[in-house]
Amino acid sequence: MSPADSAAPAALHPDSVDPADLARFERLGEEWWNVKGPMKPLHRMNPARVGWLRERLCAHFGRDPKAPAPLAGLRILDVGCGGGILCEPLARMGAAVTGIDPAPGNIGIARAHARRAGLSVDYRATTAEELAAAGETFDAVCAMEVVEHVVEPAAFLAVVASLARPGGVVFVSTLNRTPKAYALAIVGAEYVLRWLPRGTHDWRKFVTPDELAGMLVAGGLEEVERAGVIYHPLADDWRVSRRDLDVNYMIAATRPA
Amino acid sequence: MSSSDLAPPFDLFVAGGGMVGTALAVAVKQAMGAGARVACCDPAFGGGFYGTRASALAAGPRRMLERLGAWRAVAPLAQPFHEMIVTDSRPADVVRPAFLNFSGETEPGEPLAHMVFNADVAAALTERARALGVELIVGAAADFKAGASETLVTLDDGRTVETRLLAAADGRRSRLRDLAGIGLVGWDYGQSGIVATIGHERDHEGKARQHFLPAGPFAILPLKGRRSSIVWNEPRRDAENIAALDAEDFLAELTPRFGRELGALTLLDKPQTFPFGLRVARSFVGDRLALVGDAAHLVHPIAGQGLNLGLRDVAALAESVVETMRLGLDPGSPETLKRYERARRFDTLAMLGATDVLNRLFSNDIPPLRLARDLGLGLVDRLPPLKRFFMREAGGQDRGRLLKGEAL
Repeated sequence: MSPADSAAPAALHPDSVDPADLARFERLGEEWWNVKGPMKPLHRMNPARVGWLRERLCAHFGRDPKAPAPLAGLRILDVGCGGGILCEPLARMGAAVTGIDPAPGNIGIARAHARRAGLSVDYRATTAEELAAAGETFDAVCAMEVVEHVVEPAAFLAVVASLARPGGVVFVSTLNRTPKAYALAIVGAEYVLRWLPRGTHDWRKFVTPDELAGMLVAGGLEEVERAGVIYHPLADDWRVSRRDLDVNYMIAATRPA
Repeated sequence: MSSSDLAPPFDLFVAGGGMVGTALAVAVKQAMGAGARVACCDPAFGGGFYGTRASALAAGPRRMLERLGAWRAVAPLAQPFHEMIVTDSRPADVVRPAFLNFSGETEPGEPLAHMVFNADVAAALTERARALGVELIVGAAADFKAGASETLVTLDDGRTVETRLLAAADGRRSRLRDLAGIGLVGWDYGQSGIVATIGHERDHEGKARQHFLPAGPFAILPLKGRRSSIVWNEPRRDAENIAALDAEDFLAELTPRFGRELGALTLLDKPQTFPFGLRVARSFVGDRLALVGDAAHLVHPIAGQGLNLGLRDVAALAESVVETMRLGLDPGSPETLKRYERARRFDTLAMLGATDVLNRLFSNDIPPLRLARDLGLGLVDRLPPLKRFFMREAGGQDRGRLLKGEAL
């Protein structure tokens, strides 16, 4: 584990998050919500992953995706919420959303943005570990694009799994450790296309779908579905793929009731 | 003023409350209900006069009006036509052989198109918008500034509103399009269309007629009662002179072109002229901005496609916006707008291209070309697949759920 440094206040015990990564994200500030700024790839990918989340949540909890507020009444936790790019759409779909991030700067941005949009989201500058220690549980827990930034994925995912109530569901997305992921996500996205700031990702921290599923099962969950998120260069958009999990992928798992 | 003092932004603000603008507001509000804050502004909401112009409403856009709950009010005032007779002739020709007969049904029992008065359609859609809870604002959008999360719109009376998506439905001389710096491409034919409502002695039997006269196309479109709407192309100066004539002289010029099949003619409103050109916006979208209807494209009315193109824009934009909002995402995001532009721009260019070729082919009087196109049209009429292609073009390419009459 890296020694604690000035990137995050010591009081927050960001045990799981790499301090260098944390500092990088906190520097984004207002840029979180600039759809043409450094987070553009995440904004562009968002419709595909939010679409998949809605589909899985509606299937799991028996909701109608076309209803005005399909997620009404569901308590959802977003771990590593950043500026709130995922929390806000979930809240607009009716969910009672809690967003946590160890970087207070991110939480400030997220709160201000939600208030401006007239949305109520419970943002807290804290960690998954602290919530788990307090014994909180949720209907659904999301940890999207976080695993590749934590120091010990297995320990982190065990905590994430424990935050889902029995009968609840956990969603995790990350990058696969394949040569293709290295070529596309690091060489392509960071160096050639300049979609992401250099140093955003470290290939050695990536885990494969089997490894990730294994960690979730070890945390007491059952895998439900895995899916890839792939970029279509011709259409210039992102889509969910059932076959291609080589680069970006997502796994849904449930805690047995 | 601190931005948090303001009410939450609108999800969709439509500038322009004509047929296209109100249809967009209704389509999104009907699908989203309380889940979307939708507003539409127009100076005419304060009680304006919409004029006496009529449009040919194709089958898909008509199904869409039905789905939007506006057709019931318009239907009793609409004249269906099942047949479009196209001829290539000179005014002096006594007999006008019909080389191309666009009769038939788009779907069993469904007319080729309906002639509707623009004012009736706009009134029905405005009423629907009001009933659904669209905020109707009297005034025009004078300026806007796109920010990272919303756009600040300034109305002509100085009021400001914020919106996540601004739709410019403010017509052919779109102010918002100019403010966004979106240029137009296209060309001018040097022609103008004279548009007027004509009364006639005999019934038109629900037939539309299009004569390709040497000066350009001349369309007779059947209205309810013994009336027709005409679209009469002439070189610009001639058109303006003709439109300025008194009723008696106007009818003397009109009769040889109109033909005598329907008996004596009367002029029912003041003729107007419209410059005919082809204009397409270089882009249909900007930052948190979508252009719809005449603001995005101006089409030569030869094929009667102006309103239909506009309503197809609405179908595509509303579908993209509603899909985005059902995911809780931003209706003004580049992703939403890109889907709209991808759905519409190619279709529009194809239609404008086809319309232009038709017009160029018919707007002259060179005998060999006349012969060739007479043969050409005869050929089209005898070859079912090609004819079907033209029929589909006239009936519209109805991709999108609303155009199929389905809910979003």
